[in-house]
Amino acid sequence: MSVTFDPSLCVSCGACAAACPGTLIAAGDGAPARILYPGDCWGCASCLKACPARAVRLYLPPALGGRGGLLSYGTEGGRAVWRLERPGRDPVPFPWEPEGEGDY
Amino acid sequence: MSATTLETVCHRTDVLVIGGGTAGCAAAWLLAGKGLRVTVMEKAAVDRSGCLAAGVNAINAWTGPGKGPADYVEYALADAHGIGSRELLLTMAERLGEAALFLERLGVPFHRNPDGSWASRSWRNLKINGGDIKPLLAACIKGRPAVTVLERVHALSLIAAPAPGASPGVRRVVGCVGLRLDRPELVTVEAGAVVCAAGGAAGIYRPNNPGLSGHKMWYPPFNTGGGWAMGILAGAEMTTLEMRFVALRLQDTAAPTGTLAVGQGARQENALGEDYEYRYGNTTSQRVLAWRRETEAGRGPCVMRAGYLGGPARRAIVRSYLHMSPLQALRFLEGEAALADGGEGEAPRDTAVQIEGTEPYVIGGHTASGLQVDAARATTLPGLFACGDAAGGAPQKYVSGAIAEGWIAAESAAALLAASGGARIAAAPGGHQGAGGGDAGPAAGEAAEAVRSLAERFLSGPGPVYSEADLEEAMQKAMDAYAGGRGSGYRYGLPGLREAEARILGIWRLSGALRADTLKGLSKIWELRERLVVARSLVAHLAERRETRWPGFGEYAEHPGEDERELSFVNSRLADPPLLPPEDLADHPPVTLRRSLADGRVLPAPGGGRGATRCP
Repeated sequence: MSVTFDPSLCVSCGACAAACPGTLIAAGDGAPARILYPGDCWGCASCLKACPARAVRLYLPPALGGRGGLLSYGTEGGRAVWRLERPGRDPVPFPWEPEGEGDY
Repeated sequence: MSATTLETVCHRTDVLVIGGGTAGCAAAWLLAGKGLRVTVMEKAAVDRSGCLAAGVNAINAWTGPGKGPADYVEYALADAHGIGSRELLLTMAERLGEAALFLERLGVPFHRNPDGSWASRSWRNLKINGGDIKPLLAACIKGRPAVTVLERVHALSLIAAPAPGASPGVRRVVGCVGLRLDRPELVTVEAGAVVCAAGGAAGIYRPNNPGLSGHKMWYPPFNTGGGWAMGILAGAEMTTLEMRFVALRLQDTAAPTGTLAVGQGARQENALGEDYEYRYGNTTSQRVLAWRRETEAGRGPCVMRAGYLGGPARRAIVRSYLHMSPLQALRFLEGEAALADGGEGEAPRDTAVQIEGTEPYVIGGHTASGLQVDAARATTLPGLFACGDAAGGAPQKYVSGAIAEGWIAAESAAALLAASGGARIAAAPGGHQGAGGGDAGPAAGEAAEAVRSLAERFLSGPGPVYSEADLEEAMQKAMDAYAGGRGSGYRYGLPGLREAEARILGIWRLSGALRADTLKGLSKIWELRERLVVARSLVAHLAERRETRWPGFGEYAEHPGEDERELSFVNSRLADPPLLPPEDLADHPPVTLRRSLADGRVLPAPGGGRGATRCP
């Protein structure tokens, strides 16, 4: 349990289902994407990276310290831009700035 | 799905690679470059399958300036408390540099120093932005005319033929039968050689995280030991299953600690603020032991504490987790946002991040569990090679070592084909012909028929009271309680191991009555049974190694401490291998044996023949 699909954004392309390493997602059949085995999700975010429409979001279950936020993924100018989304708040994009790439 | 019958489709190829993860992609890439026809059988899709789905932020097997393969061998052997093969480690270590270069050529971004050299964390660790490393690896085999990638095909059983000249009961591996997950079809692949590049086994023990978070684990939950189960049932020898891997990880998300420890110099401390790391030694298992002893003594929770990190460094930490463990990155981002709002949060700033040990996994890439292989990565079954997490005897492979082993196994498979007269059994362009023909013909047909009969049984008729999930829970509970899971403090004793074995065998019998109404459901039943087969052999290995060699990974109650007399490999094979999943697993017990650490020879049973007894 850790991905959620926004049916209003889903373009039913099936890319998320094709990417899932657990073959847990149904999509590409005309209906919006949905996870068939939510308890089997690893949380790897492969489906986020495959989605062209930022329709898939990752969340941390409360048992694992989640606070209700969602992580989404898209690309801008060929660069990955992750985004923290919280109800009633402006989304926080990441990276905020490019420097410090190798500093960890 | 209402179909309860399965069609059978036959493929023929030069080399079959089972599993399209890191090692499998490397093997297939090398074989295609030799002009051989390769078929990769992959349970999901090669773009994101295996251990690298989420990515990885470091190459952890490498030999930096001033160091060489021999240094890596010494390091890995010391870390494994002496249990590993010098020869296997050396042949792998010799190609670690080449493997890193290979990854960079594929387009994996390596961090660089101002002088242009690779940025490293230590002489063994290179920093990379590996969030998309797997699609880059997959791209080197996808679309090549010589490579057929069979995706969404779950490998169910090896195809084996009698081996001329081999001892009775030893079969030659000539292919594999797989189940398509997207249509009711069995795929039979006949091959001149087979490379097992499947994953290790997660999900044998009760996971740390509960209920619907049960798959939030360190190792891929989709790696269910399938390659091993097929090998065990076909009579392959297994090695060092008892060297289970317990990862010391950030709490809840099982994200790596190394990013903070090696990258940031973060120290571990207990709840009293004491730095305890070197009270227990510095091997991988001793670091897990340190967390456990401190926690058992009431000095937990243990944390990792980094010094104050400025903005760019902090963001670099989050980014590095985005390349490997998105859930942990999300946790940090949520913590940062909470701090920005004036609340409290966990962020990589000047903070203490809780750490804990995972449930045990069985793998060949960190520890040394897996199929017994020689330096050519040939298993004990003619025609079958193994690499990466599937191959035992060489710990500390990680990504680059898995690639190196994939190459070695591929070269050996190619050499076998060349030696058998360059037999290109893939007769026509495309290599997809009907059944029959090659010498695998009758064996392939029989295997497909037998698998079909068993698989269709799981798809037919009303189900029992129990589900596959119920039996999985029972297996995990039994292993947790009686075979040294986290819930029993990683401790086990012989009576408990006997209880674990009895329960595993009972669950196997119940699993024969399971029913599925989808192909995915059938696949999940098969995965449960794969883990049961591996668990049964694992229990025999735990019983046989009569010492506590890696106390962080497990402690044998009757045999505390290391024992010099146990400085050998513990191996096992089934006395009467059935090839296909049998009705009753109890009819096919594993028999343990010992092999020499120095040269891999089978040793006389130590202590008056105890090594040849059926265990436990």
